[in-house]
Amino acid sequence: MQRFVLIAIPYAWLLALFLIPFVIVFKISLSDIALAIPPYTPTLGDGVGPFFSALDFENFAFLASDDLYWKAYISSLRIAAISTILTLLVGYPIAYAMARAPEEWRPTLMMLVILPFWTSFLIRVYAWMGILSQEGFLNQFLLWAGLIDAPLTILNTTTAVYIGIVYTYVPFMILPIFAALDRLDGSLIEAAEDLGCSRLQAFWLVTIPLSKNGIIAGSFLVFIPALGEFVIPSLLGGSGTLMIGKVLWEEFFNNRDWPVASAVAVILLLILIIPIVLFQRNQQRQAEEEA
Amino acid sequence: MAETVFAPWDDPNEKPLIRFQNVTKRFGEFVAIDDLTLDIFEREFFALLGPSGCGKTTMMRMLAGFETVSEGSIELAGQDIAAVPPNKRAVNMMFQSYALFPHLSVYENIAFGLRRGNMPKHDLDARVTEMLKLTRLEKFARRKPHQISGGQRQRVALARSLAKAPKLLLLDEPLGALDAKLRQATQFELMDIQEKTGTTFVIVTHDQEEAMTVASRVAVMDEGRVMQVATPERIYEAPESVYVADFIGDVNIVAGQSTPMGEDRYHISWAEGQQPLVAASDRPFTDGQSCHLAVRPEKIAISAERPADVDNAVQGKVLDIAYLGNLSTYYVELPGGQIIKSQTANTRRISRRTFTWEDTVWVSWTATAGVLLAQ
Repeated sequence: MQRFVLIAIPYAWLLALFLIPFVIVFKISLSDIALAIPPYTPTLGDGVGPFFSALDFENFAFLASDDLYWKAYISSLRIAAISTILTLLVGYPIAYAMARAPEEWRPTLMMLVILPFWTSFLIRVYAWMGILSQEGFLNQFLLWAGLIDAPLTILNTTTAVYIGIVYTYVPFMILPIFAALDRLDGSLIEAAEDLGCSRLQAFWLVTIPLSKNGIIAGSFLVFIPALGEFVIPSLLGGSGTLMIGKVLWEEFFNNRDWPVASAVAVILLLILIIPIVLFQRNQQRQAEEEA
Repeated sequence: MAETVFAPWDDPNEKPLIRFQNVTKRFGEFVAIDDLTLDIFEREFFALLGPSGCGKTTMMRMLAGFETVSEGSIELAGQDIAAVPPNKRAVNMMFQSYALFPHLSVYENIAFGLRRGNMPKHDLDARVTEMLKLTRLEKFARRKPHQISGGQRQRVALARSLAKAPKLLLLDEPLGALDAKLRQATQFELMDIQEKTGTTFVIVTHDQEEAMTVASRVAVMDEGRVMQVATPERIYEAPESVYVADFIGDVNIVAGQSTPMGEDRYHISWAEGQQPLVAASDRPFTDGQSCHLAVRPEKIAISAERPADVDNAVQGKVLDIAYLGNLSTYYVELPGGQIIKSQTANTRRISRRTFTWEDTVWVSWTATAGVLLAQ
């Protein structure tokens, strides 16, 4: 009985905070738009029989027919994938340097990585607008340094989105990789060198494989939120950047088409479930290996 | 048996495999190795023995190439190796932690070094199989390091470091992580493998028993200096300093002044109102020179009556008895307060102990039982 109660708590949590909201969103995605409050039909007030007979997959069919949506999905996947790779390229050397830093520096370096979280995410993205705009700090600096003659257009391009995503999510990449590298026994690198590896070979053959789990965890932690990212593309990417998070927001708040917006969200969730399942499997395997 | 004894260090024509010449190593202000000169010969099983922090691991890491020499030079087979990086040295190391690659199988761990060279696949497989056989690991080739026992891991580490057939194998506390029983068995296994492969082994250890068991020669180190290099027998029976005598095994040290009595014999006055002790020594001592007589406990006899015809006999009181099963050690307090340890083998079962606490006994030893040391 006690065991049942113990297991029931997390299941109740999942049911209340994951399954029920999903069922609600899924129900809305099967409804039709209406000029009412709430802005869709049917509701349970119509009676159970008419309620179920009014539900259909019309909105999903609409999503498939309009190429805006699947283009937005593809574009989001591409932007999320590229930014994950960029974040890895930026984050790995930082994590490596942190793991190699003298013991007494590490808490400070760790603090510096976490410090940006103390400021609101929104404010930090707005700050990037100030840096990247035509008259922004970056252009002013480059002009002053004589590296460019005319200001660069960075804001409202995909480049700005990449900069924003890499900047925002790099701590999520650094921390798991740092944890993996920190555990790495230094004598393994010495052993590799002793057995004939150059420094670079030892890095490829020992350091990278042994930090693989950290790389995978970090990549998922960046890829999953980046895929549905809305604030960064809408503030930094301008109208030219097509991302599904932005489409979703516009559908909800500009068009007030809740059923279509819900259908977009349901598809997005299905796309995300694949990497989440892969991530879970990786975590599980890692736990098994350590046991 | 007319077999020649393996002792290249006594042959002046023999060229050493490794030559440390006035090597000094500093870490900032700290001197880890202090002007050290040492030769190690081919096919030797050489032990570096000393307390932690004596510089033995630093010496080994300099041989492997992980530390640079501050002054002096290290030669391997006649060549200065200062400029040779670790991955280019014909030296392999077995790490204290074993440093097995956790993401690779036992087979791949052993093959790791071979894969760095351009060895043909067939030869590589043959070599790894040979190593697996040598270390009796054939059954575990496909396992990962975390799926095998500590003793097996130790053997994988050994096989991996031997796979490239190095000129010199360095072993850093190779048996430190094993329990006592397994350690003993592994010591003989190590000696066996060393003999089979003919590789020169340099082992670092703080366990004197281990060093004495496996090594052809032992270097006793202290504070960055080599105190004595000799075969285990000579280290034990003919230590050159009180430090070495005290570090290896158990010993009684009696301080006193020497008086030469002719023919390598000396009288040592060691306490007021006591008869001087008699000791033989090859090393000359002058009249009135302060000296230390070192006698091993097992060379001191204990008896109720004063034994006849012994060079030294002193009366004392039994202070403590340590029963170790195979041995019993008696702590006998002499009138001056000096404590002498006497060890007897318990060769018979269920024999009544002859002496007990507070008994008055005689401890005795011959003139040649002890070693007379200046410092």
